[in-house]
Amino acid sequence: MAPRTLFEKIWEAHLVHEEPGQPSIIYIDRHLVHEGTSPQAFAGLKAAGRTVRRPDLTFAVMDHSVSTKNRLLPVVDDDARGQFDALERNCAEFGVHLFDMHSKNQGIVHVIGPELGITQPGQTIVCGDSHTSTHGALGALAFGIGTSEIEHVLATQCLSQFKSKTMKVEIRGPRPAGVMAKDIILAVIGKIGIAGGTGYVFEYVGEAVRGLSMEGRMTMCNMSIEGGARAGMVAPDETTFAYLEGRPFVPHGKDFQVAVDYWKTLATDHGAKYDNTITLEAAELAPMVTWGTNPGMVTRVTGSVPDPNSFSDPVDRKAAERALEYMALRPGTPIEDISIDRVFIGSCTNSRIEDLRAASKVVAGKHVAKSLKQALVVPGSRRVKAEAEKEGLDAIFRDAGFEWRDAGCSMCIAMNDDVLLPGERSASTSNRNFEGRQGKGSRTHLVSPVMAAAAALEGHFVDVRKLNLQGVE
Amino acid sequence: MEPFTKHTGLVAPMDRVNVDTDQMVPKQFLKLQTRKGYGRILFYDWRYHDGEKPNAEFVLNHPRYAGASVLLARANFGCGSSREHAPWAILDYGFRAILAPSYADIFYNNCFKNGILPVMLTNEQMDELFRRVEDKEGYRLTVDLANQVVTDDFGLNFAFDIDSFRRECLLNGWDDIGLTLRHQHKIASFEEAKVHAPHMHVAVDVKHHHEQN
Repeated sequence: MAPRTLFEKIWEAHLVHEEPGQPSIIYIDRHLVHEGTSPQAFAGLKAAGRTVRRPDLTFAVMDHSVSTKNRLLPVVDDDARGQFDALERNCAEFGVHLFDMHSKNQGIVHVIGPELGITQPGQTIVCGDSHTSTHGALGALAFGIGTSEIEHVLATQCLSQFKSKTMKVEIRGPRPAGVMAKDIILAVIGKIGIAGGTGYVFEYVGEAVRGLSMEGRMTMCNMSIEGGARAGMVAPDETTFAYLEGRPFVPHGKDFQVAVDYWKTLATDHGAKYDNTITLEAAELAPMVTWGTNPGMVTRVTGSVPDPNSFSDPVDRKAAERALEYMALRPGTPIEDISIDRVFIGSCTNSRIEDLRAASKVVAGKHVAKSLKQALVVPGSRRVKAEAEKEGLDAIFRDAGFEWRDAGCSMCIAMNDDVLLPGERSASTSNRNFEGRQGKGSRTHLVSPVMAAAAALEGHFVDVRKLNLQGVE
Repeated sequence: MEPFTKHTGLVAPMDRVNVDTDQMVPKQFLKLQTRKGYGRILFYDWRYHDGEKPNAEFVLNHPRYAGASVLLARANFGCGSSREHAPWAILDYGFRAILAPSYADIFYNNCFKNGILPVMLTNEQMDELFRRVEDKEGYRLTVDLANQVVTDDFGLNFAFDIDSFRRECLLNGWDDIGLTLRHQHKIASFEEAKVHAPHMHVAVDVKHHHEQN
């Protein structure tokens, strides 16, 4: 058999039907559901007299609109409550497992999937959310879908898809200190632009990628969509198997060994061809900060806000002008001179235990700047929250002036009451800095957790590498 | 889904690159449970001042574009979030076709599920269209899916490519789920064949884990 990429292996293993001139029908191993994009899908299903084909492969969670404060209080937002009620009713009616807002296992869907071992190597995984690409870190083919496709998967457990092209994204050499997974993926997007990956599935390879923990790989895969790619993946290895072993939904005992034996085959073969390649040298990377209104408008923390006139393409120039106007930034301003109003450590990109540990090392024994209006830490799941509390991280953050919250999407998408007021500027560990993302008129700067923590202490961006942190890699 | 064969309508320009779906439907409107009614919401933050007072500067609020049903756009239209609320808003507002050099993947897919035709033209062709819509008030285009061509009343004739299957589905208004269910037996065979590969799509004993809640 001709050498195949990881993507091709997973794709071919899931083909139900293919014929020339048509999209293929692929089987979906895991369908993740949340309250934001599913109500219309379930309603459509019922209206057509259909049912959920595989409720046992469908997992639902409340994450997008949940309060990160006191969940025992009634939900005041009528619309949000309507969605929570709808999800509860739909899951009960169709026998779909729901991690509701009071569940010990609740959290952001893309945090709990891997954490509970629901999402595994070699699987096809979909969800009505573009950051589904996160689960690719386990060596799965995972991508976001729209509500109509949610309905389709509920009804058929399949998806009709054109096969993507493959792009090798190679990060060569070891990751330097102070440069986190978030910085690597921001550098990738900075290089290729937010449409650079359109039509592609990324496979991340190279020493720097192999050296990342599972959580680091999740951060990278999470933002694949921000580079335009449908999905991103990292082939599983011993790090992956060690991560998965013992998790609630992962096969146990002899079955685990059977699974690992199969998972070991999930690697790109020698000599397999990718449709495209990009390469970055890890040694050249630095902590990154976005300056504009999409994740591709990004630069090093040691850099400055660009001059729109420096862009040769008039389209890029105009876009930069508009972005600077929205962000109220002047060309040439050093990034380290940009002051911030709020800091948000959270989101499916960076809210896992390692992110919190790293950020806590930065702030331990110190305090957020007086100029700061708010600093939030929102653990990605209740399990992460519980673990962090066991390790005393909550106390470290609180003593430093951070608010310690309950798990949910929170200020990343600002669908609950965690928002920026118009004109406010944030250092955020989330994944999108579009106009209005964190509230109307909000100005978002995307950074890694340690960079967000450092910015909270100073009230402006700082290069974390200057902080001489022990134990923060 | 309403079929799309041929549509003639007033053209409106959205002369901005990388228009993301958060701009089309901001997050607060993702809490609704319908597929309808998003037309009022389309491009909300650009379109309205506080209190939903129309922003006269916003292009779609210019009287000359009232009632437009063909939207001109630039590269990477529809990037960002997978929210299908974005094409729902586009459709509900009144647009039936979009013309742009490129689209983000998920948005592009979502359009077809809703009877919106997203046409891909070259940058030069788009530049010409933006010029014409600016110069000629009341500028209209005919988007003909069957013949894969865009024409106007001034001799413009732009052929476009489109995947033949997508074209068929849109011309006929076929329901995706119905199409897949023609292969029901194959889905069942696939499931049976994989039942002995527990690592592939293991039937999870959720009851055991219910205690974990």
